[in-house]
Amino acid sequence: MSKGYGPLADRPDRPVVGLAVSHESADLHVTGDALYTQDLVGRTLGTLHAWPVQAPYGHARLTGLRTEAAYRVPGVVRVLTAEDVPGLNDAGEKHDEPLFPSEVMYYNHAVCWVLGETLEAARQGAAKVEADYEQLPALVSVHDAIQAGSYQGHQRTVSRGDVAAGLERAAYRFTGELEIGGQEHFYLETQAALALVDENGQIFLQSSTQHPSETQDIVAHVLGLSAHQVTVQCLRMGGGFGGKEFQPHGLAAIAALGATLTGHPVSLRLNRNQDMQMTGKRHPFFATWEVGFDQDKRLCALRATLTANGGWSLDLSEPVLARALCHIDNAYWIPDIEVVGRVAKTNRPSNTAFRGFGGPQGMIVIEDILGRCAPALGVEPHELRHRNFYSPGQATPYGQPVRHAERLEAIWTQCTERGDFTRRQAEVAAFNAAHPDTKRALAITPVKFGISFNLTAFNQAGALVHVYKDGSVLINHGGTEMGQGLHTKMIQVAATALGVPMSTVRLAPTRTDKVPNTSATAASSGSDINGGAVKNACDQIRARLAMVAAGQLGVHPDDVRFCDGIVTGIGFHDKQIAWADLVHDAYFRRVQLWAAGFYRTEGLHWDAERMQGEPFKYFAYGAAAAEVEVDGFTGAYRLRRADIVHDVGDSLSPLIDLGQIEGGFVQGVGWLTLEELLWDESDGRHRGRLNTQTASTYKIPSFSEMPPRFNVHLFEQATESGVVYGSKAVGEPPLMLAFCVREALRQAAGAFGPAGWSVELGCPATPEAVFWAIEAARAAAAAPRPAPAYAGV
Amino acid sequence: VKPQLVVNGRTRELGEVGGHVTLLEWLRESGLTGCKEGCAEGECGACAVLVARDDGQNGTRWTPINACLVPAAAFDQQEVVTAEGLGRPGRLHPVQREMAERGGSQCGYCTPGFVCSMAAEYYRPGRHPAASSSGQQGASGQNGAAGQNGHVNGGRPAAEDEHGPNGFDLHALSGNLCRCTGYRPIQDAAYALGQPEADDPFVARQAEPAPAPAATTTTSDQGRYVRPADLTGVLDLLATHPDARLVAGSTDWGVELNIRHARADLTIGIDRIAELREFGFGPDYIDLGAALSLSEIETRLAGRVPLLAEVFPQFASRLIRNGATLGGNLGTASPIGDTPPALLALDASLVLASAEGERQVLLADYFTGYRQSVRRPDELIKTIRLPLPLAPVTGFHKIAKRRFDDISSVAVAYALRLEEGRVASAQIGLGGVAATPLRAVAAEEALRGRPWTRETVADAAEALAGVGTPMSDHRASQAYRIAMLRNSLLKFFAENQEEVHS
Repeated sequence: MSKGYGPLADRPDRPVVGLAVSHESADLHVTGDALYTQDLVGRTLGTLHAWPVQAPYGHARLTGLRTEAAYRVPGVVRVLTAEDVPGLNDAGEKHDEPLFPSEVMYYNHAVCWVLGETLEAARQGAAKVEADYEQLPALVSVHDAIQAGSYQGHQRTVSRGDVAAGLERAAYRFTGELEIGGQEHFYLETQAALALVDENGQIFLQSSTQHPSETQDIVAHVLGLSAHQVTVQCLRMGGGFGGKEFQPHGLAAIAALGATLTGHPVSLRLNRNQDMQMTGKRHPFFATWEVGFDQDKRLCALRATLTANGGWSLDLSEPVLARALCHIDNAYWIPDIEVVGRVAKTNRPSNTAFRGFGGPQGMIVIEDILGRCAPALGVEPHELRHRNFYSPGQATPYGQPVRHAERLEAIWTQCTERGDFTRRQAEVAAFNAAHPDTKRALAITPVKFGISFNLTAFNQAGALVHVYKDGSVLINHGGTEMGQGLHTKMIQVAATALGVPMSTVRLAPTRTDKVPNTSATAASSGSDINGGAVKNACDQIRARLAMVAAGQLGVHPDDVRFCDGIVTGIGFHDKQIAWADLVHDAYFRRVQLWAAGFYRTEGLHWDAERMQGEPFKYFAYGAAAAEVEVDGFTGAYRLRRADIVHDVGDSLSPLIDLGQIEGGFVQGVGWLTLEELLWDESDGRHRGRLNTQTASTYKIPSFSEMPPRFNVHLFEQATESGVVYGSKAVGEPPLMLAFCVREALRQAAGAFGPAGWSVELGCPATPEAVFWAIEAARAAAAAPRPAPAYAGV
Repeated sequence: VKPQLVVNGRTRELGEVGGHVTLLEWLRESGLTGCKEGCAEGECGACAVLVARDDGQNGTRWTPINACLVPAAAFDQQEVVTAEGLGRPGRLHPVQREMAERGGSQCGYCTPGFVCSMAAEYYRPGRHPAASSSGQQGASGQNGAAGQNGHVNGGRPAAEDEHGPNGFDLHALSGNLCRCTGYRPIQDAAYALGQPEADDPFVARQAEPAPAPAATTTTSDQGRYVRPADLTGVLDLLATHPDARLVAGSTDWGVELNIRHARADLTIGIDRIAELREFGFGPDYIDLGAALSLSEIETRLAGRVPLLAEVFPQFASRLIRNGATLGGNLGTASPIGDTPPALLALDASLVLASAEGERQVLLADYFTGYRQSVRRPDELIKTIRLPLPLAPVTGFHKIAKRRFDDISSVAVAYALRLEEGRVASAQIGLGGVAATPLRAVAAEEALRGRPWTRETVADAAEALAGVGTPMSDHRASQAYRIAMLRNSLLKFFAENQEEVHS
């Protein structure tokens, strides 16, 4: 049975993991039967609705708040203000995020909430609340904050070697800077919570949250309760992407406070505009850098400063920054390096987790550097990238050995072969020679992404598995379902571990009273850690059942096999017991048929101050190639084809993993090309307001952004030892496969210019940004002698 | 008769919903929570439902629309189907089955809307498998085989990117957003659909006439909704209530209701008024009823006005075009509507009607300021009239961030007549560069009578770049808008260089 990858990674015969199955809720999704938090409101009698009073200033002191007029609106039941908070007036855990602020910290900040019998009554009531403000200067951009010296949290540095000496040694040196745009999560289901006071004063909360335990903690501290008085359930989320890791807590606390004060259930749902106005996004970053290459065009040193725009409070900005610093190397060996990171404090919603969690913002810096420097170095961009890959035995700047670096090489080779890269390069060149107004380009980029929470304590998980007397199995674990297919994988893990068909296993929604002290479903870790816990619980139960079966089969318990609902002895199958009969028998022998499972990721250590250690269990690898076509008249472009090879270990669920890879890639394409958050940075009345706060002004990818040829290949024979059934995490890494699209756009814009022209490209690379890059390239082509963008030293 | 409608085959009382309860709100309050609110402005399609609409040939078309935008009151006596009504777990509709089996849902929130949009295309009478081209058998029918180790879709030619081997038009899904999947499995599901079974009840329903429009009055504490029986009823009501809100497809008013919380004391439903839905193709002009949906016009014109045929797929999404009307697009007098530039280039006139009678105005004289026009409060747009013959060389350039379903930063429409290498006539309509849509008169003059050459075009492009007063906003910078005006004509020339010889 053992394949030698260790007890966690080995798969039994005919495992249910590895089968390509649909999402466990697919039938409910397609019929509209799947319930989301807001769908419960109509099923809950007497629910009140909450509506915020939002401040029309980017920064102001709240000097007065009069709520009387709101109460005169028919249907208004209660206005919630700071005075109503029995516990701690804080929506976070760092005491920098008052739930009811006395100082307006960003445009549209909610200063109080109105509860109405209908949403319309609550809205009208909110319009009647009178608030007085004293406007204060607002810092909107990261540059405003840098100029004002406005930072929050710790400044961190990742370094190795002597960067000054490394730069001295370099044959070629370049400097530059990069503005990296943010990204709105745009989960289709906006933030939602439904609170009710249960029996004996217990708060029961339905919340669209990726982190039920933290929602529970914050609701408890706001209400002045203990954790055991608050239960949080998450049925499922209509998308999360990190946006529901930290941001749901305060909203849930408002609903819970309202339920406590009125005795009615309270629903709080942000509509799309409110969600975009009030909740945090992917951090925009500003990077400055100086890089050196040796005679062979190999990286010898990098000095950089990354400044994240954290918004008004810390939220998750520090760990996001840490991950950015730990990913600036992406797949490349940089001997001497010093990267400083800091979090700017600005008057914007507090930026937060978003798929990749700072990793993308770190990695884009080195990809941008390589894309800009390649023409000046006279090397093809793909060749420059490949030449600088990590080799086996090398370590990251923070001291973690790059295990399986050879996979990177294998994946890169497969991606170029499967994508027919060399032949298509020639086709692109021929096309460009024949088309003065349209250019194509083909680019390929790698991904190396560290898996585990940087904070070691989060790398633990629990599960609760019940086997009922009839043989049916109910599993519960600490992870939440937001569409990523975690529950599907957990059913497959349980079915594999117990040796039963998938139909025997049902999964119950995530609840804090089933599995306590859970970690956020984040950092791509959901299946790794919860899978470990589910398997652990199932292994306990199976071991007990093996004892029972051993007696009946006349074999040693170690030689009992569970497969597809049939229990046999090893090797000979003339005697067999049906799973349900064995369970029934075990019950009457008073054998415990349920178990709590636990998992902790082994081998991690991290010194957050020195930024050194081995914070990651392993790295996920991938490579992607993209071909684009750019219209020289407008800068408009189309993604013609994408080829991806990605490493998910031995897939737990190939259809699910494929969906994560494709979806992550397209979401990354959105971040890098289309999705543009624009803030009012004028000195006018609305300074600090988000100008793209609706679905009509903030455009996420639609069908038109899907590459018509989209080939994804899961890297084969990729067993990851020490991880559940040899799999790897897949949630975040594919997002960063999208770098190839921006690099292809850069190369296509460059094709309008002279040879060796280095293209600076906005991020996001909107049609307008691409157009200006083309104009710059054309101007250089028209100039008598093209000025080099960078001077070699 | 009490206001009522048929939802998923069951008659339900509408109740006194007035003018402000949307169909989405009403459905969800009725317990049909499969229909979701994702954006409340018709951008995401999570609220899509099917309604039974007249197909213009005495039959019915299952037509998907955004339920978040339309007043529920407009569906008195109508028939609506939601995802719940198409199939149930255990007996899924073919569309639902393909979506479920191919990984078309992840978080599931957008899925019921996708299912409705896809079902409408599934039932589209004109959807037939493409004639099998030689050497393509391998690709047709098995696009997107998801296997154990990835997914490969073969070498489909780019021209076929937006149509499946089963005739499925991907534009049917242009109004539905998914944030999870990256769309590929949804496309696979769409392209895997066969033809409906002979005994499919939804097919059978399409053979019968659509429900007749009903004169409706419903009042809530927030205002009254009235759908008069005919145009006279509308005009009489408008004469006494000039501040009433006229609503046809509600694709603009729905946004006002949901996002800006606008409320009207009186909402007049004009979407089913027969006199506003006439279509005429005469020897001298084409008459387009102001309350025909853009989809209906697209179907009935069937490509006979090439400039409009170029506009339609770029105008918002299929879900929006199924409701939106020319009357509405012109009635709001928005400077960034997509049809005004094209209609200006086509030299359209409008027939305005009031209780006092009718008058005709040139569209070029219609707009007077930002969201203002010569239309009096007691008037409505009855007909859009396009003179014939049409100029033969036309083009529509829409500059936007996203190719499907976006709002123009700049839109330029061309209608030229080239004779013996010269520009005999030129009409250029612009959107997004001034407070109103406008004609690019200076550029037209720079073209007219001159040879259709690069030099002429370069001069005219400079003139075009000087038209209007483009601004910087969240869609584009002023500099980019000006550059796009200039380059638009250069691009149009590049597209039509050979015309000089034809």
